[in-house]
Amino acid sequence: MSELQISPGSVRDDLRTEPRLVRGIIIAIALIFLTVFVVLPLVVVFAQAFSRGIGAYVAALSDPEALSAIRLTLCVAAISVSLNLVFGLVAAWAIAKFDFRGKTFLISLIDLPFSVSPVISGLVFVLLFGAQGYWGPWLQSHNVHVLFAVPGIALATIFVTFPFVARALIPLMQEQGTQEEEAAISLGASGLQTFFRVTLPNIKWGVLYGVLLSNARAMGEFGAVSVVSGHIRGETNTMPLLVEILYNEYQFVSSFAIASLLALLALITLVAKTILERHLDEGQLPRGD
Amino acid sequence: MNGIWTKGNFRVAIEVKNIVKRFGAFAALDGVDLKAANGELLALLGPSGSGKTTLLRIIAGLDWPDAGEVSFDGENALAHGAGERHVGFVFQHYALFRHMTVFENVAFGLRVQPRAIRKDETGIRRRVKELLDLVQLDWLADRYPSQLSGGQRQRIALARALAIEPRILLLDEPFGALDAKVRKELRQWLRSLHQEINVTSIFVTHDQEEALEVANRVVVMDKGRIEQIGTPGDVYDNPATAFVHSFIGESIVLPVEVCDGCVRLGGRALNIAANGLASGPSKLFVRRHDMQVGPAGSGALEGAVRHVRTFGPIQRAEVALSGGESVIEIDAPRDRELKAGDIVGLQPRRYRIFAATE
Amino acid sequence: MSGSTGRRSTLPGFGLTMGLTLTWLSVIILIPLAGLFLKTLELSPDQFWDILSSRRTLNALKISFGLAFAAALVNLVMGTVIVWALVRYRFPGRRIFDAIVDIPFALPTAVAGIALTSLFAQKGWLGAPLAELGIKVAFTPTGIFIAMIFIGIPFVVRTVQPVLIDLDVEIEEAAASLGASRLNTVFRVILPSLIPALLTGFALAFARAVGEYGSVIFIAGNLPNVSEIAPLLIVIRLSEFRYADATAIAVVMLVASFLIIFAVNRIQRWAQMRIPAH
Repeated sequence: MSELQISPGSVRDDLRTEPRLVRGIIIAIALIFLTVFVVLPLVVVFAQAFSRGIGAYVAALSDPEALSAIRLTLCVAAISVSLNLVFGLVAAWAIAKFDFRGKTFLISLIDLPFSVSPVISGLVFVLLFGAQGYWGPWLQSHNVHVLFAVPGIALATIFVTFPFVARALIPLMQEQGTQEEEAAISLGASGLQTFFRVTLPNIKWGVLYGVLLSNARAMGEFGAVSVVSGHIRGETNTMPLLVEILYNEYQFVSSFAIASLLALLALITLVAKTILERHLDEGQLPRGD
Repeated sequence: MNGIWTKGNFRVAIEVKNIVKRFGAFAALDGVDLKAANGELLALLGPSGSGKTTLLRIIAGLDWPDAGEVSFDGENALAHGAGERHVGFVFQHYALFRHMTVFENVAFGLRVQPRAIRKDETGIRRRVKELLDLVQLDWLADRYPSQLSGGQRQRIALARALAIEPRILLLDEPFGALDAKVRKELRQWLRSLHQEINVTSIFVTHDQEEALEVANRVVVMDKGRIEQIGTPGDVYDNPATAFVHSFIGESIVLPVEVCDGCVRLGGRALNIAANGLASGPSKLFVRRHDMQVGPAGSGALEGAVRHVRTFGPIQRAEVALSGGESVIEIDAPRDRELKAGDIVGLQPRRYRIFAATE
Repeated sequence: MSGSTGRRSTLPGFGLTMGLTLTWLSVIILIPLAGLFLKTLELSPDQFWDILSSRRTLNALKISFGLAFAAALVNLVMGTVIVWALVRYRFPGRRIFDAIVDIPFALPTAVAGIALTSLFAQKGWLGAPLAELGIKVAFTPTGIFIAMIFIGIPFVVRTVQPVLIDLDVEIEEAAASLGASRLNTVFRVILPSLIPALLTGFALAFARAVGEYGSVIFIAGNLPNVSEIAPLLIVIRLSEFRYADATAIAVVMLVASFLIIFAVNRIQRWAQMRIPAH
């Protein structure tokens, strides 16, 4: 052991790494690949958005149709994120703090939307609420609009963002165990007091993490929303849908201008995610000794 | 031993009757009866898996038995949840609220009381200050649990449990996660604290030294059953079962045969009484220091000294018994120096024989 | 009094939270998915088979599954190279590149779709030089392949990365001290212990690419039988109100992705058994 420690670093390095040339080639391949497939697409969005100058960019974003799409996107995201937040907290409490049979199965049911194609996520709601769907005719006769209206868009968005909060919280709460909650209960706290004063402060970074990812997906969802929206201009177009419409109409600057907002959202999400992951790691430092 | 016991007018604070608790097919507790007197400091001692922590958690209301009764001062405790039992519970890993300061941790139990009986802010501050003074850590009030040492966390956990003025104090392996030196200090501190506050207390430990040193009475458990309840002196000097004898203190164990009141080792009759034990394979238990060493031929056993180590007032000798394959270690006073190669006679001063069950 | 108190729990709220969880799960996920399968049952086996065996459907499925598989293979190789560089080497900008890997996760698919199209179009930054070499990417199956590679990268990188980080360096030192060359150590000691993670990453990238819609349709060209992916065919059938056709294709794709997820779970279980916990 001591021999290894006093031997020159290069000898020790030789045991565990590749020759300089090989290292250089591997790094180069990785970086070129990431640049071509990830960095360039991102850069091209902004380049195209500003290709006619800042005036055209601002004009594209202040178009009434664009504003209406932004408003709808924010509204749908607010609805779906808040509902999934409540669900995520409730589900994580039941799953992480108690033992019961079929837990793994329940978790995989919650995960289902991750493995369903976005188009199918939209399709299932068309089958339920569409004109030829199970409940469509009844809804139509009662003048309730789900499909091609905000409720349908919200439902499809809730479907695709369903797992995010719960998945962020379940492992975190399982790892934290139930001792602090038991201590609170034995000190006379009620269930709600225990949840709001002990559990929630301990998982706050996890909650934010889930909300962040869920929000990014909600605002950016395209396939599922595209199927249920009906593309009514100025009414049921979210930002990603408007990006598509404008692009297909060859209004590239307008399309990329709205796309640039979504790309910015993605970048902010990534930065925030990195920061939150650091907080979560700190929270997971060994407790006790 | 303790005043409470000799007076005979004690009030039973905790009574546990015939508790059964199963996890699947495994019986964690298999019919446990226990009484703890008011003001007593009781130790639940046993190896891991003996059911001691489960018993403690059932008393606290953190687990529920499959059958049996738990009562506090004659009142059915199982009718109440953990929050209504007024039990102070100190968790093995302390379970301090990591996002709260030490002060807020101790204040928690006071803050969550129903509005009608809750103290005002000044009252809470005064009470927390008293408790932090009691555990001698008032200078740590603004720290977070992660900034404390293990021993400090332990004492804060205790202060937090005491804040609700519990009728009973339960401690799960209170010194389990601490290093040896801190353990010793905290033991003495806990005993003197108990004398000061005098609340009925039960603590769980797997460390016999801890149990014998701190508790008024020791409850020895194994495999979900209680093997013996007694004062520290009792369980050490008069172990009720083979398990207690081998678990507490170090013992020499020799496989012997009892036949018609005489005891045989490897076919040779030993000059000791079987104390009424029925004939059959048995085990002879002798404490190391209870083996009297004399010249060859002076005792029931004879053997050759193979190795001697001396430390402090004793010398520890490894002796190969003649007529058998047994090698035993004995502790002898240093009045007569032993050396390797000596043939010695050995006579158990005190011993116990239990029928071999396994 | 002394009777069994049952399995009461210390913490409250299990019944309530479990009830809400199951209700919400049923309303949002289970009932809609069940509706899809029920709708399929309305079709006779012959009808179902006719839809699936029609030339256009078969080709769409072939394109989606075939190109997704090829893209996942590329991701498997390139993902391993990227993970290796990110975990084992120190170079300027490493942390930024590490963060960048997640962009395909975070970037809305429609944005990725128009960006890739613009990049690989005949006059695009990469499309123009490729066109001079006689390679056409946008509006061809190659474009689909490129888009599927884009969205699959993070799956392989993020599944393999933690495993490579946790890999005990002592194992490599042991191999080296036993006289193994570096190449031998990498291929006989390190890569084999990454196999479960590699398979998982591959399967996840494959599943995602099969179902992908937004980032593919812009660059695909969407020519029936040539560059039309299965999810797009579902959308087209829906817009033609041919619900039965859409449903049949959807069920096939859904069953396929469930099988993939099932395979992933088996791989994970196998990996846990193979490598005992420390």
